[in-house]
Parts: sequence; C-alpha cells; structure tokens
Amino acid sequence: MTNQPLSSNRSRVDLEYRRKTNAEEMRYQIVSFTLMIFLTLLAFAAVAIKGFTSWFTIPFIVLLAAVQVVFQLYYFMHMSHKGHEAPSMFLFTGLFMGLIIVLAFMTIIWW
Amino acid sequence: MSTIAQKKGFGAVLWDYLTTVDHKKIAHLYLIAGGLFFIMGGIEAVLIRIQLAVPNNDFVSAGAFNEIITMHGTTMIFLAAMPLLFAFMNAVMPLQIGARDVAFPFVNALGFWLFFFGGLFLNLSWFLGGAPDAGWTSYASLSLHSKGHGIDFYVLGLQIAGLGTLIGGINFLVTIINMRAPGMTYMRMPLFTWTTFVASAMILFAFPPLTVGLTLMMFDRLFGANFFDVTMGGNTIIWEHLFWVFGHPEVYILILPAFGIFSEIFSTFSRKRLFGYSSMVFATVLIGFLGFMVWAHHMFTTGLGPVANAIFAVATMAIGVPTGIKIFNWLFTMWGGSVKFTTPMYYAFAFIPSFVMGGVTGVMVATAAADYQYHDTYFVVAHFHYVIVGGVVLALLAGTHYWWPKMFGTMLNETLGKITFWLFFIGFHLTFFIQHFLGLWGMPRRVFTFLPGQGLDAGNLISSVGAAFMSAGVMILLINIVVTQVKNVKVGNDPWGDGRTLEWAIASPPPYYNFKQLPLVRGLDAYWLEKMEGKKGMTPAEPIGDIHMPNSSFIPFMITLGLFIAAFGAMYHVNDKPWAIPLLIFGLAVTFGSMLVRSFKDDHGYHIHKEELTQDEKGAKA
Repeated sequence: MTNQPLSSNRSRVDLEYRRKTNAEEMRYQIVSFTLMIFLTLLAFAAVAIKGFTSWFTIPFIVLLAAVQVVFQLYYFMHMSHKGHEAPSMFLFTGLFMGLIIVLAFMTIIWW
Repeated sequence: MSTIAQKKGFGAVLWDYLTTVDHKKIAHLYLIAGGLFFIMGGIEAVLIRIQLAVPNNDFVSAGAFNEIITMHGTTMIFLAAMPLLFAFMNAVMPLQIGARDVAFPFVNALGFWLFFFGGLFLNLSWFLGGAPDAGWTSYASLSLHSKGHGIDFYVLGLQIAGLGTLIGGINFLVTIINMRAPGMTYMRMPLFTWTTFVASAMILFAFPPLTVGLTLMMFDRLFGANFFDVTMGGNTIIWEHLFWVFGHPEVYILILPAFGIFSEIFSTFSRKRLFGYSSMVFATVLIGFLGFMVWAHHMFTTGLGPVANAIFAVATMAIGVPTGIKIFNWLFTMWGGSVKFTTPMYYAFAFIPSFVMGGVTGVMVATAAADYQYHDTYFVVAHFHYVIVGGVVLALLAGTHYWWPKMFGTMLNETLGKITFWLFFIGFHLTFFIQHFLGLWGMPRRVFTFLPGQGLDAGNLISSVGAAFMSAGVMILLINIVVTQVKNVKVGNDPWGDGRTLEWAIASPPPYYNFKQLPLVRGLDAYWLEKMEGKKGMTPAEPIGDIHMPNSSFIPFMITLGLFIAAFGAMYHVNDKPWAIPLLIFGLAVTFGSMLVRSFKDDHGYHIHKEELTQDEKGAKA
C-alpha cells in the first residue's frame, strides 16, 4: 500500500470509495456500540429489578452476553469483512468442539 | 554471502544452531533431539522386554518398572514421535508450498526450545529422586498418591513441552494459510502439507485441554488444591476426561502426518498421481473432526452408562470409514503404477497390512461391551503398538530415508536401509502380534512380572526376541547415517528421480532463502507437471529481487531457560526449601525479561540483495 503513488487519478477514486465505506463502517460501529450499552443496561436491570427468579435472569444474561460477543467479533474486530473465512471457520469449529465437551461433561460427569 | 559451505569451527556451528530461526536448521534440531529421545524411549522398551522375557524375573524392581513404562510411553509420544514429525513438517512443508520460511521464524525456534527443555526436565527426574510412575496417562487418583517428585516432573515437563507443540502448531497453520506460492491453491497442496494443516488445527484444539488438566494437577500436587481429590469434594474422573479429550486427538495428530508421508511416497514411487486426491483430503479433514468426538472410548469401564458408551462406540467405528477410504486410495495409487521398490516404498508397502491390523483391533476394542474383556490387558497394548509403530514409526523411518537427501544433501545407503527395514518389520510383528494373544489369555497390562506355568512364558519370550530385532534395525540405521555423513557424497535436486512436489525443484539441501524466485504453481504435483512438459525447473512467479530474511536470535533459548529454572522452583517449593520461591521468581523474571527485550528491541531482519543472488548463480556455474 505504501508504494502506491497518492497523486494518481485512480487513487483519488479509491480515496473517495474508502471514505464512503469508512463512514458506513463508523455508522455500524456506533449503532452496535449503542446497542451494546443498551444490552448491558438491560442485564443490570434484570438483576436489579425485584420479582424475576434466577431461572429467568441467568439464562437471560448469558444470552445477552452471547449477543455482545457476536457484536464484538463482527463489528469491532472486523470479522464481517472479506478475508476472514479461515478465522471464522476456526472460531466456529473451536466453539462447536468446546460445546460438545461441555455437553458431555454436563451429562456424564455431573449428572 | 556464498552458498558454498565454508569450514566452521565447532563453537561457531553450535552458536549457529542455538540462535537459528531457519526452518531447515530447526528441522535438524527436531530430528536430532527427537532421535535422541526415540533412542532413550527405545532403551526403556528394551528394559521392559528384558524384565518380561522370563517369568518371576527380577532384572528391575516393581517400582523401577513402573517408572520405566511411564517414561517409555511419555517419551515416545511427546518427545519422540511428535518432534520427529515436527522435524519433517519444518523441513518439508514450507518447501512444498513454495515459501521461504514459516510465518513466524522466531516462534518456530521458541517452539523447539520449549519442547527440548520440557523433555530435558522430564528426563532429569531419573537423576533427581525418581521418574514419574503413574503410567503415561497419569490417572489422578494414582498420581496424587505417588510419592516423591516423579509426577511433578511429568506435570511441569509436559506443560513446558506442550506449550512448544501448541505454538509450533499455530505457526504451521498460519504458514499454510498465508504463505502459499502463487497458484498453490488449497486443492493443489501436497498431501503431506494437507495432513500437517489438519494435524496443526487438531493441536490447536487438543492441547488446551491438556494444559488445563496439567494446571489442575499442578495445583493439586504443588499448591494444595483438591480438584481431583475425592475425599475433599473433588472428582478424579475429570482428569481422565481432560486427558483423553487431549489424548485421543493426539493419536490422530500423530497418524495424520504419517498418512501424509506415505501418500507422498506412494505416489512418488508408483510414478503416478495420488489416486482420489480430493477424497484423501476429505478423509483427512473428516478424521480430524471425528477425532474429537470419541475420547470416552478410553473410559468405557469407568461407568459412563450404556447410552454414553453406545454413542462413543458408534462414533469411534465411524472413523474406520475415512481411514478405509485412504487405504483403498493408496492401493489404487499403486495399481497400474510403475512401482519402484526403494527403501521408503518398502516401509509404505509394509505399512498397509500392519496398520490395517491395528485398525481392525481398534474397531474390536471400540465395541463397548467387548471392551470390558479387553480393557487393561495386553490386547490393548498390542492394538496401540500396531497403530503407532505400524503407522507412525514406520512413517518416520520411511520419511527419514525419503527426505534425508533433501535435509542433508546425501543419500542414505539403500542396502543398509533395506536391512533396517527387514529387521524392524520382522521384529515389530514378532514383538506385538503375540501380545494380542497374551492379552486374550489374560495377561494384564503394566504388570512387572508374571508367574511361570500360566501359559504366558513362551509368548513373552517371543515378544522379547522381537524387541531385539527392532533394536538391531535401529542400530543399522544409525550406522547407515554415520557412514553416509562421513562419505558425504552430495546429490542433486531430485535424487530419487521421480520427485513430484516443489521440494524436489530446488537444491539439496536448499539454500537458506529456499526459492530465489517464488515458483508459479500450475497444478497438483507442480514439479512433476513441469518435468512432463520438458522443462528443467519451475517457472518463476516473480522477477529476481531482494529477499527479506529474519535475524538469528538467542532470545528463544533464554525465554525457555527461564521457564526451565522456574519449574525447579515450583517443584521444590513443596519441600519447604527456602530457595524454591526465589528460584521460581528468578526463572520467571528471566522468561519475562527476555520477552521484554524482544518487545522493545526493534529487529527488522536484513535483506539479501539481488546482486548477491545473481552472483551465487554465477559462482555455482563456474
């Protein structure tokens, strides 16, 4: 990238294109950041408000956490971009293996 | 700089190897260190067979026997088989994908030194009050009960060595994903590269459970925790699960690269494209995946219940399918090929029936109901030696002969190679075939002796005679290596004459920058393709230009040395030695200090200039 002459016509088009996509990206980041704050508030609220049993709050908070992880990976760590096929494949394989092991432990050790 | 070797003093060579980040030299280090540990594990095996040769023998005591079997298993799996495979992965995989080095040369060196110091630490236990004695699986109730420092050596040594393996695996993954030459698509990668890739991915997922298990064990034994102590509310079965969640994928981590080595050999010496390449890739990935779903078949008799036993039994048998695909593909590769019987091909040919026998007994022990009879008998010992020796060790010996010219520039003697093969192959079947029957006749695993007149005498004697044959084979191999290196007759690029993959397109041994110009890959078996079109070498994919190279570094050695020292501190802390905690802190300070130096010192490497590259060429021609 550093070797490309900046003054050429082509790179000016590139620059405008990049500015546009960056702005779009920024918008997504702000939206997901706001959502994440909102989800965090929801999680706190679920604990603070009297009347919910732990049978509701614990799965609810875990669910919110999972959503936050997805936001984090896809919008802040750029996994939604192209060229991340290998990392996402490894991530999901690892997740799958981990969940299988947890499931097995839950059913055959701590039953 | 010239590629023509200059005479260097011993000190200079030693320093070169201590600081090297070159994947080819690291491969030499893995081969030498792994070879030494292989010989040590072999000596332990011979001691076991001497002790069991006759009934009521007292060649070694019961306690020493436990130490010997534990160290034999641990050494062979962690310190011999894995590093020897890593030697070939390091030596060959970057060449096969047309790369100049692995993705992280510094980390590569670090991985080697971690393995080496971990192995050294483990083996120092022989001199410092006794080796680990709870079997290579080190089941928690037994190992927590074990007196002395043996198990501590096991836990800390494997933790250090395992760290090396893990970062080595990650390094290979990144290399294969990012550093393939132009045109080298995934489906054009040689099978050895594919199996390295899948095995490295398995290392990535399998070693963390081992790390967790070893950490829990370390806290139980050294820092007063009770994760596995039933009397304190712990659960001893968790260790077994964690160990086998690692341990089962581990055996596939070993066998997949072995399959890769044989795939290369079959297609090279059948002078034919590998039959069913894409199904081979599919089978490799499927074995890698299923390898994680079967760990509890090692624990059928712990009382998992019929449902869990049935699920794990069926999953285990499913692995037979992709393995069968591979066996048939190898047979079809040879069918109709113009087969040349070189030493590597002898091993490959012998591998098929040997490994299939191991696979068949594998399905037998996977049958949960039947396993209650086989469990902890010599039948199991025979099974896993048939897959590991008949698969992995034959592959290592085959790979040694096959890639020796690429790694060292000399050909091992073919006659001596074939003598090694016959001695080893006959010895192997003599040792382990009878052990199936010893198991079925009721001989339990891990016993240090047996009584006369129970029908076990002759079988054990035959088994011990076989071990002598295998030892003789390995000795001939060592003689072969020494003779070859002393004669030092250099060979060209493609000494077998039938090389198909990229490593045979460059000099033996390759220059330190591997490829002057990265090659353009136009298909599977890239070099063969060019040869068949009458070209002498690969078409370059880039003009000759400066090559960026990493600098050598002593820091990997220092990082590891720190952990090695710290491990002693952690271990002797139990005995309330006043110097233990300071030593632990000092060791960790050395490690983190070295990492700090690495982080703050800018090391941009250096460039080999275009002029030097072209001069080399002229010098070589003149």
